[in-house]
Amino acid sequence: MSSFMKASIGRKFFMSLTGLFLIIFLFVHLTLNLLLTFDDSGVLFNEAAHFMATNPIIKIMEPILALGFIIHIIWSGWITLENMKARPKGYQAGDNLLKWYAPAKNMFILGGMVLIFLIIHLFNFYVKMRFTGDPLLNQPGPGLEDGVHNSYALVANLFIHYPVYDIIYILGGILVGLHISHGFWSAFQTIGLNNSKWMIRLKFLAHLVAFLIGAGFAYIPLYFLIKF
Amino acid sequence: MADKILKKIYVKVWRQNNPSEKGRFETYEVENVSQGSSFLEMIDILNDQLIREGKDPIAFDHDCREGICGMCSMYINGHAHGPDSEITTCQLHMRRFEDGETITVEPWRAGAFPVIKDLIVDRTAFDKIQQAGGYVSVNTGGVPDGNTIPISQVDAEEAMDAAACIGCGACVATCKNSSAMLFVAAKVSQFAKLPQGKVEAKRRAKAMVAKMDELGFGGCTNTGACELACPKNISISHIARLNREYLKAKFSD
Repeated sequence: MSSFMKASIGRKFFMSLTGLFLIIFLFVHLTLNLLLTFDDSGVLFNEAAHFMATNPIIKIMEPILALGFIIHIIWSGWITLENMKARPKGYQAGDNLLKWYAPAKNMFILGGMVLIFLIIHLFNFYVKMRFTGDPLLNQPGPGLEDGVHNSYALVANLFIHYPVYDIIYILGGILVGLHISHGFWSAFQTIGLNNSKWMIRLKFLAHLVAFLIGAGFAYIPLYFLIKF
Repeated sequence: MADKILKKIYVKVWRQNNPSEKGRFETYEVENVSQGSSFLEMIDILNDQLIREGKDPIAFDHDCREGICGMCSMYINGHAHGPDSEITTCQLHMRRFEDGETITVEPWRAGAFPVIKDLIVDRTAFDKIQQAGGYVSVNTGGVPDGNTIPISQVDAEEAMDAAACIGCGACVATCKNSSAMLFVAAKVSQFAKLPQGKVEAKRRAKAMVAKMDELGFGGCTNTGACELACPKNISISHIARLNREYLKAKFSD
């Protein structure tokens, strides 16, 4: 198996599986986050956040998710480095077949920008919710029982009072959408689940998934920006 | 109607005397080129001019000049085989260029394809991949009657589409990762679709991919640039088949 880990297709196999896994995570994450926009009192979102923080299945999935991210990120660096080494000298006239902004050509850059966003995002919410705490989390709110944090207050405060974060989060949604518009069908191609018929279907699905995730995540800060 | 004459064009071409030399671009002027002449004929005219001036002519690969041998290999204005699609460099004509235009001509760029001289690159890496498994070594007997081999038309066509690969290397030249996946996919695919090739399918996929990696080609990131550059229009769906063949072989180990 070690030869498989080192082989070009083996490396990409892990990229594909972790990528698809992260897309599933994003759908779960988005579904819960959209509750922010359904109930301005915050009751719905706080309940959901409490459920996610205490559910044993989620507890088990948390380190697996972290591992998924780590493999996807480290492998991307490894693959990109190997790929760059394959062409020691580039073309003077450039590479004009695909547009410079095509997501397929910029997966590492897009991924890198998503990673920067992810770090900002973790410090905005996850670190506060899980480790450092925040006065806003203990702010009294409607329907809050003992031990249930006011996660809604933390999120709403950021989006209402710091428009710059709204922009960052909208941008984050767009970037992850662009990344997925190539990544989704590319993952199926790499694990061999593609042919000339499914190529068109998978590319369509990739754009649909990318739009749903990208627009879905961008909608939340936009909602707060416009409504409040 | 007579072909238009390009009064003057500038050819900016990569000159490199040997594999170890650093190499540089040089710009030459070529006058009165008929738009009806092929790109390689234009280079011939330029070389004739260089020889008359006592200079070293530009070395470039070419053979059949009818688009089937896969020898010609020029990267013209940022496109492998020039700006037209589904053709090799020898099928490119000067009518695609304007009067006074500067045309940049570079060799294929890939670590696995080192420059031998000027525009000639060493593509033996492709031969090595082919030798690693791109053949049928089981005894398939004498020439059987065509109708006795049960192959569907669809499979036969797909195998033929893959077999159309002429191994020119435009896929590697175009791929941002210098990946040889389209080439290997075509060579694996042409056998994978046929009964004679299925016997050694596992060994073939593993050996050819291992050789490809060993020779320093990059990995495929599914940009699809290769199929756009391919003069034989080989589809990246063959790459999906190669991935499938390879993973099936690896997981059954």
